[in-house]
Amino acid sequence: MRTYVAKRLLLIIPTLLGVASLVFVIMRVIPGDVTLLILGGDQAGRIDPAQIAAMKRRLGIDQPLLVQFGTWLWGVLRFDFGTSLWSGRPVVEELLIRLPLSLELAFAATLVSVLIAIPCGMLSAVRQDTWVDYVIRVISIGGLAIPSFWVGILCILFLVIYFGWGPPLEYTPPWVDPWANFQQMVWPVVTVGYRYAAVTTRMTRSTVLEVLREDYIRTAWAKGLRERAIVVRHALKNAMLPVITLIGTEFAFLIGGLVVTETVFTLNGVGRFVVDAVARRDYPVVQALVFLIAFGFVIVNLLVDLTYAWFDPRIRYR
Amino acid sequence: MSAPYPLVHATASAPLGQRLTVAEEVLKFVRTKPLGAGGALIILGMMLVALFAEALAPYDPYRGDYGLQFARPSVDHWFGTDEFGRDVLSRVMYGARIALFVGFVASFAGCTLGGLLGVVSAYWGGKVDLILERLMDVLLAFPQLILALAIASILGPAVQNVVVAVAIPIIPRAARVVRATALSVKENPYVEAVQALGALRRRVVLRHIVPNVMAPYIIMLTAQLGGAILTEAALSYLGLGTAEPTPSWGLMLSGSAPSYAEKAPWIALFPGIAISLGVFGFNLFGDSLRDALDPKLRKT
Repeated sequence: MRTYVAKRLLLIIPTLLGVASLVFVIMRVIPGDVTLLILGGDQAGRIDPAQIAAMKRRLGIDQPLLVQFGTWLWGVLRFDFGTSLWSGRPVVEELLIRLPLSLELAFAATLVSVLIAIPCGMLSAVRQDTWVDYVIRVISIGGLAIPSFWVGILCILFLVIYFGWGPPLEYTPPWVDPWANFQQMVWPVVTVGYRYAAVTTRMTRSTVLEVLREDYIRTAWAKGLRERAIVVRHALKNAMLPVITLIGTEFAFLIGGLVVTETVFTLNGVGRFVVDAVARRDYPVVQALVFLIAFGFVIVNLLVDLTYAWFDPRIRYR
Repeated sequence: MSAPYPLVHATASAPLGQRLTVAEEVLKFVRTKPLGAGGALIILGMMLVALFAEALAPYDPYRGDYGLQFARPSVDHWFGTDEFGRDVLSRVMYGARIALFVGFVASFAGCTLGGLLGVVSAYWGGKVDLILERLMDVLLAFPQLILALAIASILGPAVQNVVVAVAIPIIPRAARVVRATALSVKENPYVEAVQALGALRRRVVLRHIVPNVMAPYIIMLTAQLGGAILTEAALSYLGLGTAEPTPSWGLMLSGSAPSYAEKAPWIALFPGIAISLGVFGFNLFGDSLRDALDPKLRKT
């Protein structure tokens, strides 16, 4: 077990190094010069070249790419992600302003959807090919089909038309005013959570179906156990394994969900920060955010793999 | 559960079921998987609309009519008109072309490339496997939508560039799934037998491994189709997919549509329904196809 964890931790290094190089290269390949954007528009002819050079020097992007990459990586090792080219403030500082909102959105959406999805998925599997199953399947397949930004647009349409409500401009943390926070976050949570709930329901359904065909379940039936005991005590625990994997794989989608949901509701969160930073060619911001998201993804997946052993004693890591 | 299990079935000489013709297979699919058949019907309808958009669309999707902006849905304009006075119904119909094109090409390209990498990785093993797996790790850890977003901004807004941006994030996912299956196929005695007979590597891979990983490949392909259409819509919505005035569903929802919410909700309503219905059809079909192809999920 210990060697397994050590091996997995070591494998994180090349992955993150790869992500770091990839995002660095991608950002430099994207056409559009950040200095021109800052100095105003693409009409390069009207801007003094000396001014551009001075700006480049000030931003530190006049050095060779390899030097820039090295400086950046060295900074990352010391948890220094540089400063935003636009605001001049440290990236970490900018990030911390936006993080609470995105974290709340992500956690609330995950929690609500898992609480709804697991019972629904179980029910759907136990009553396979009945109307209950069909209703749950149609609703959950719908959750995968309806684009989350459209759910968001519909929420806004509905609220604007019937309540004259517009999305508030400033984020109120739950510890300041829980009710204002709830009002602000409930629709974004629905928007992000619908997809999450749909995916989890489907996964729960198919794994419970699979487990219900196992020999030990037949034994349980033969012993004369009641259905509730069989499903909840015998089937569910073994069916949870792939569902936990989902939490890892859905992490990537969650980020995507945050990006579009925050754009729709004009929330000032991490997701919109990334989109804006890509559009403004704010290299340090994009690099830092992608790196941190990838780091989160890798760690979440490692934790997911480790919880396998806890849920399934047959699994032993070497 | 109540029926006793005849022991004959446990022996290797159990009689095989009669082979069905294609028409019979289709009929059986429709009978046993009504939801899947419904999905197929939606896909078929979407294809027909895309194919015959010129004949079916009542108006030119590109031509605006400034005397007729924000017209309510009526007999003349079933889905109303948008801020330039363009017919929303016609634009939704032409939008089916973009959605299907991006969906099919991107998921086919992504799954095929990923599948091939997965087979190569599993069959060659060793260093090749190690390097390819690390590469896939990197692509997987890179947030999907942001990767697509970055690729789309490198290539610029155009339909064929969107295809590339949507396809690349599919590659590592397909590679993972196909590799896992290929690894277990490789261990089968018949592969060993063919190798012992002196078959070339190419022959082993193409004739014995690839056909046996087709099921997960097809499942992956149908599963990604809906997702690809969604990613295209999201990219266009964020302003990095197809560019105006192309009638793409995501683009029709972007920018101005939500701000006209009070005045003309239909502008945001119908393209969204089109996306949802299309992806819904693909998912229903893919789901049932998986149930049909995966023996573990068959009803006993």
